[in-house]
Amino acid sequence: MFELTALLRQRFAALRSSGEFFSLRYVQQSQQHLSVRKNIAEPPFLSRDEGAMLTVRLNGVETYAATADLSQAGLQRALEQAEALARQIAGRALLDLREQPVATGRADYCSPNLEQAFPSLAECYALLAQESASVPSDSRLVNWHASLGISTIEQIYLNTAGAELRQAQRFIYPGFSTTAFDGQDSQTRTLGRENFGQQGGLDVIERCGLVGAGAKVADQALQLLLAPNTPSGVRDLLLMPDQMMLQIHESIGHPLEMDRILGDERNYAGTSFVKASDFGNLQYGSKLLNVTFDPSIREELASYSHDDDGSAAHKQFLIKDGLLVRPLGGALSQFRSGLEGVANSRACGWNRAPIDRMANLNIEPGDKPLAQLIGGIEQGILMRTNRSWSIDDARNKFQFGCEWGQLIENGELKGVVKNPNYRGISAQFWGNLSAVGDASTLQVLGTPNCGKGEPNQVVRVGHASPACVFSQIDVFGGDA
Amino acid sequence: MAATPLQSFQHLVASLRDAVPAPEHFTLSYSGEHSQFIRFNHAKVRQAGEVQQASCVLKLIADGRQAELQFTLGNDAEVDQLRLQQALEQLRQTLPLLEPDPYLQLNDSAWQSHSVQDQPLPDSAEVLAQIEQGAGDLDLVGIYAAGPICRGFASSFGAFGWHQANSFNFDWSLFHSNGEAVKANYAGQTWDHEAFAVRLQQTREQLDYLGRPLKKLAPGQYRAYLAPAALDEVMGMLCWGGFSAQAIATKNSPLQRLYSADASLSPLTSIAEQVSGSLSPSFSDEGLLRSDLRLIDKGQALDRLICARSAAEFELAANGADSHEAPCALSMAPGDLEHSEILTRLGTGLYISNLWYLNYSDLPAARMTGLTRFATFWVENGEIQAPVSTMRFDDSVYSLLGSQLEALTTDRELILSTSTYGQRQTSSSHLPGALVKRLTLTL
Repeated sequence: MFELTALLRQRFAALRSSGEFFSLRYVQQSQQHLSVRKNIAEPPFLSRDEGAMLTVRLNGVETYAATADLSQAGLQRALEQAEALARQIAGRALLDLREQPVATGRADYCSPNLEQAFPSLAECYALLAQESASVPSDSRLVNWHASLGISTIEQIYLNTAGAELRQAQRFIYPGFSTTAFDGQDSQTRTLGRENFGQQGGLDVIERCGLVGAGAKVADQALQLLLAPNTPSGVRDLLLMPDQMMLQIHESIGHPLEMDRILGDERNYAGTSFVKASDFGNLQYGSKLLNVTFDPSIREELASYSHDDDGSAAHKQFLIKDGLLVRPLGGALSQFRSGLEGVANSRACGWNRAPIDRMANLNIEPGDKPLAQLIGGIEQGILMRTNRSWSIDDARNKFQFGCEWGQLIENGELKGVVKNPNYRGISAQFWGNLSAVGDASTLQVLGTPNCGKGEPNQVVRVGHASPACVFSQIDVFGGDA
Repeated sequence: MAATPLQSFQHLVASLRDAVPAPEHFTLSYSGEHSQFIRFNHAKVRQAGEVQQASCVLKLIADGRQAELQFTLGNDAEVDQLRLQQALEQLRQTLPLLEPDPYLQLNDSAWQSHSVQDQPLPDSAEVLAQIEQGAGDLDLVGIYAAGPICRGFASSFGAFGWHQANSFNFDWSLFHSNGEAVKANYAGQTWDHEAFAVRLQQTREQLDYLGRPLKKLAPGQYRAYLAPAALDEVMGMLCWGGFSAQAIATKNSPLQRLYSADASLSPLTSIAEQVSGSLSPSFSDEGLLRSDLRLIDKGQALDRLICARSAAEFELAANGADSHEAPCALSMAPGDLEHSEILTRLGTGLYISNLWYLNYSDLPAARMTGLTRFATFWVENGEIQAPVSTMRFDDSVYSLLGSQLEALTTDRELILSTSTYGQRQTSSSHLPGALVKRLTLTL
């Protein structure tokens, strides 16, 4: 682990720059993607990637150059490219960063169970083949797919203020998906669907329920195929954690990103309905809503000790008793806005610069077990597992769809319905939060696929949430 | 003097030919770029940097098994040779752990392809100066990306392809003080100061309309004109599995009812994968020469995109599709609606410049939802009246490009991908605008 530390320290110390500050962020990543589709093992896809980003601050202008040439000459060349660019844009730069503090921390961080060996490639394929083979024989089951993604990352950050931050992490993404078809309609049911990513090892596979998933997921796909469409109308909505994660992500996470509020993302990812003046003033949701940035849940995808600019990460409330209190803004956004933020300046790899990102964004549990949540609903619907997401560029008007719906009548779960969709407006939706599940309903989930930024980046984000009830929501089904 | 990307790739291929004797076989693909990225906010540079990256994907085939490994190149011949050897060793250790692959299909053709478009790129200092001169007084936000992009492929059967193109892509928006915005793009291989100035001026002029009071629409059904950039978002959703042989066969395609002839689109709708003449390489990531394909002809499904694996599994003939079977050069046939007639023919309804964040409400029914974004106007009697606040639509492709499609424009727009996920993309689409009799708005 961290084998390149001594070499990078030596090469970093030998770099020469006319800038007042510079840093090096080295990232090495190995990945395996394994899958078995309809009992046939697909060829494994393996990857190894490494490189470094040099960032320089010259007369208050910061620029970067990314290179995979880690030789002394290669790193020096990249630093000089960044300096040349800083000179070129001087006078046209939006920001003067001469007064911005820089990171000075020194720490190591490792994923839980990182020292434990992960099952071999052959053992992983055997597990996937076993689950694939457990799908029953039924001509309506036209496709199924068991998969496992394994990603290990080492990062070393050094800067001229003396910071040295090292992280070694392993991320596991199990999944299972089945499609049923009746000649006209098709319905897909999944476990995971890239939403059950966690840090760790074999323990992640045990927690996500992949073992034994094949037959269960196939049965649910067939149930959906036979189910009626979701009825249209206004109902109470019970969202399970694997839909709550998407709801949190799109209508709390993105609107609270400070770089969006400052306008950086207006050409691509969009802006926000939240204004800088709303922090400390805006009642974002009902008093039951408590949202945290929490890098301390070890298995959650975006737990870390420091972000990619070197800021130390701590748990912080972003929304407390429904009141908006703090943005998702890293050191640079805090400097620009004057607001206190969190350590969320993150990059997807060595070839992209850190920007404000979600990390672990969670809803704190309430006090009601699932039975009580259901028991409190007169006419409602339970939805689980996101399959469709769409929201406007200010992160306000949304429409989300799930795989699985189940009607609730007079406090009891009733029949399964297909194509459950709902729509609403973020600024009002969270005010309709009427009940929050207790810790027994909470799941720690996460996805590797959050896209944003110019140039574009996808990063890992974690979302832990209990089941939640929203009153009087507009729900509807599909065409078939 | 440092080796060129082509020379680096040739050296790796030469050493692989020595290191991988029959009956083993290999393919090696290459992807690299040296890019400058300059982000703007409030017409100033918000973030700027350079990225030099290159990677190879080595596939090893032996005993009816295959596996592939992607590795980053270090811009150093010795380092890269070592990484290639390590990759080969790891794959040799991996193959015996796998079951034989029934869908393995070897492509033993020894095709050759070479395309280098190395027109000089614009000087970024001049670009910055021109942007400042033309929009320094405006609230401009966006990104300028420029530099060479390289793609390569070689196989142990003797195939060798190289594609290199210098290109730039400036993608920007201008914001009115009321928060409304107009989006534009200037991309290509040769920067023309005059052409850029004209493009920028056109965008400035649209800002005037955005200053008018916003019109708020109620949910309902409206006549609408979708400009090419808006139609591109609809097409982007269809490209997400719509034409894929595997998605069609496994009932995960939004166009499965079209391909099973249970549904049809308007006779006006003809869509092709038009690789020849596009900016995309003439070969796929699997090393097959791409074909031009008629995907939809006069509303009926014809060809589908078939990669080597799908060809083996579904007993079809591969046609040069990438392994993910998405179009890379989508082209929609034009219609007869003259540009000057768009507003007149629209009459009263919505002029939609862009759509945003589409997804499926009901995938088998090809029903999708999304939002208006950037410069959407309310038009009455052929005259632009007011910008329209963000609205959500929810409608089926069988309606938008089927029963409700009234006309397509004679002029088409070539839209080069601005996507930079992982690397700068080379895909494009060539699309007309579409006049539809009814678009359903829901929120």
